[in-house]
Amino acid sequence: MSTVERGIPVAEQRAQLEERLRVKERELAELRARLAEWEEDYAAIGERDASFTTISGEPVAPLYTPADLDADWDYGVKLGLPGEYPFTRGPYTTMYRTRLWTKRQFSGFGTAIETNRRYHYLLEQGQTGLSVAFDFPTLMGYDSDHPRSLGEVGKCGVAISSLADMETLFDGIPLDQVSVSMTINGPAIMLFCFYVVAAEKQGISADKLRGTVQNDILKEYQAQHAWIYPPEPALKLIVDMFEWASQNAPKYNPISISGYHIREAGSTAAQELAYTLRNGLEYVRRGIERGLDVDDFAPHLSFFFDVHNDFFEEIAKFRAARRIWARHLRHELGAKSPESWRLRTHAQTAGVSLVAQQAENNIVRVAYQAMAAVLGGTQSLHTNSMDETLALPTEKSVRIALRTQQVLAFETGVANTIDPLAGSYYVEDLTDRLEARAEEIFEEIETLGGVVPGIEQGYFQREIARSAERQQREIEAGERIVVGVNQFLGGNEDVHVDILRIGDEAARTQEERLARLREERDEARVEETLERLRQAARDEENVIAPMLECVRAYCTLFEIRHTLESVYGAFREPVFF
Amino acid sequence: MAERKIRVLVAKPGLDGHDRGAKVMASAMRDAGFEVIYTGLHQTPEMIVNAAIQEDVDVVALSILSGAHMTLFPRVLELLRAEAADQVLLTGGGIIPEEDMAALQELGVGRLFGPGTPTTDPIEYIRGWSAEREAAERA
Repeated sequence: MSTVERGIPVAEQRAQLEERLRVKERELAELRARLAEWEEDYAAIGERDASFTTISGEPVAPLYTPADLDADWDYGVKLGLPGEYPFTRGPYTTMYRTRLWTKRQFSGFGTAIETNRRYHYLLEQGQTGLSVAFDFPTLMGYDSDHPRSLGEVGKCGVAISSLADMETLFDGIPLDQVSVSMTINGPAIMLFCFYVVAAEKQGISADKLRGTVQNDILKEYQAQHAWIYPPEPALKLIVDMFEWASQNAPKYNPISISGYHIREAGSTAAQELAYTLRNGLEYVRRGIERGLDVDDFAPHLSFFFDVHNDFFEEIAKFRAARRIWARHLRHELGAKSPESWRLRTHAQTAGVSLVAQQAENNIVRVAYQAMAAVLGGTQSLHTNSMDETLALPTEKSVRIALRTQQVLAFETGVANTIDPLAGSYYVEDLTDRLEARAEEIFEEIETLGGVVPGIEQGYFQREIARSAERQQREIEAGERIVVGVNQFLGGNEDVHVDILRIGDEAARTQEERLARLREERDEARVEETLERLRQAARDEENVIAPMLECVRAYCTLFEIRHTLESVYGAFREPVFF
Repeated sequence: MAERKIRVLVAKPGLDGHDRGAKVMASAMRDAGFEVIYTGLHQTPEMIVNAAIQEDVDVVALSILSGAHMTLFPRVLELLRAEAADQVLLTGGGIIPEEDMAALQELGVGRLFGPGTPTTDPIEYIRGWSAEREAAERA
């Protein structure tokens, strides 16, 4: 190393640095002395009767000052600039000054015909991306006419049993222009293949597709519970998608690593952060083990976080997530490209924070949560509708939810400057604390042997259930106030809210559509393509090419699920209670 | 004589994976002194009724957040009756509109509980139901 840097001798540089540190320490000592006096005054006055913790149970001090930041807190190391390592201030250089976040409302119900109509409506209302909610049979890989689908077809999402349904779903919607996110996990690979072929039928090749498929199976075992195969083959299918997408659909995100469901199932903010990022690191490790170049696929991994009620804790969570991800990708997994270090995320307001009592108040909860997501620097956002504690949302309540985002974007001014809360002693302290908690949880997971052994031992499931119980106890003991639930009950009797009703016509329509499909398709081609898929699975090849052939032959979702199940087996949940 | 504990089967019928409420309720009921059996996820109505009979429970509590309640509650009720187990209380909760709760109660389902319910409400309801049943048996 050179003895001279920028012309100044090292000894002199050191002396200057030491002098600066002395000044800083003197200032801090003065501040601490004044703080001690202030704390006495504070104690003499006393506090109102409340518990001052974040919703996750982190203690919150009455005041934050420079004395709360670590002695070595350094702007360049901790924050940097937007679009630069460690991305604390945002994944992109210009953030909302160039392009606002994507307003993406999650929706789907009934059959593909009805949902297609709703999508046209949402696009006309100014929504800028689509997000598909599938019904439970689809989420589990069952056709609408399977006996296990009884009573559930089209109820809390759209029913998609084959390519034909997917073609109807996007009828008149150009898939090279609208980015589509699909919330599907167990059978993600099948729905992805339906989507690729539906686009192909519109004359659009896979390299033009923009969008995301959730495809995050680890959090299914931990929290959301829509799985099909055991963890190892399920992870293999996910890596197949990384490989195929990086070669054929480079603008498409083959995974959205999701904390949303972990949080909704009951976790704290720190657990959501840690489990999600650790799951993400697991996927990257699996990709590297396959022999993929980390910088080929890591830039296409995207995230999805919950935004709960605790305003500052949520903002800190997004900032901490970017910093942790960047550091691990760069230093632990050896990614060289800044594109691989950059964490991009979708956010959704917390469904679990909504209450049935005085449901209109949910509009206000959603608005605060949405603001936190934007101050946290999200790339896209779904705002929940006020009536979702009762049923699927009506058109009117969906419009209010979308308008909430538009008021936020165009009236409040929060999008005018990048990461405006940076430098807040409280927000920086919370960001550091969440980061430290996440690292502790990473270590705990390592002592269990990693994510998959953790799932098999029920670690995540138990920890999440414990947090959920604690939160419920706090509400019932009156330690945490929920308006309309344990305080301010006036108006609870006035509960009439219009709701969207979904009958059983969807099931009948789907039965007819499937019957027609089975009649019209070429059965020999169905058998032949399924057999080729089975063989590819047995030989541990990438299954996407043969699966696309099955889809083109109009094999149904369940036929494809079942074929792979004959090779991979099924997941049986260890029940922990 | 030691009082027999109230036995409750907490069940997740259908394909719905949302088990936060079921687990919180199961553990609150256990803390309240009930004997609680939790089925785990993705149970068919047949599996639930079999478990209810094998475990000789007093109460079956279904948790449904998938919108399939108008199919699953009546089906479980019908199977309980077919097994001559209609003295068992069928109750539960989830995302269920009030009109549907009323319609299910007409069929013979017990009280149902929505989001934001304190865990003490269903517990008190079950205790009350059990006390009434015992009083009726003594009379």
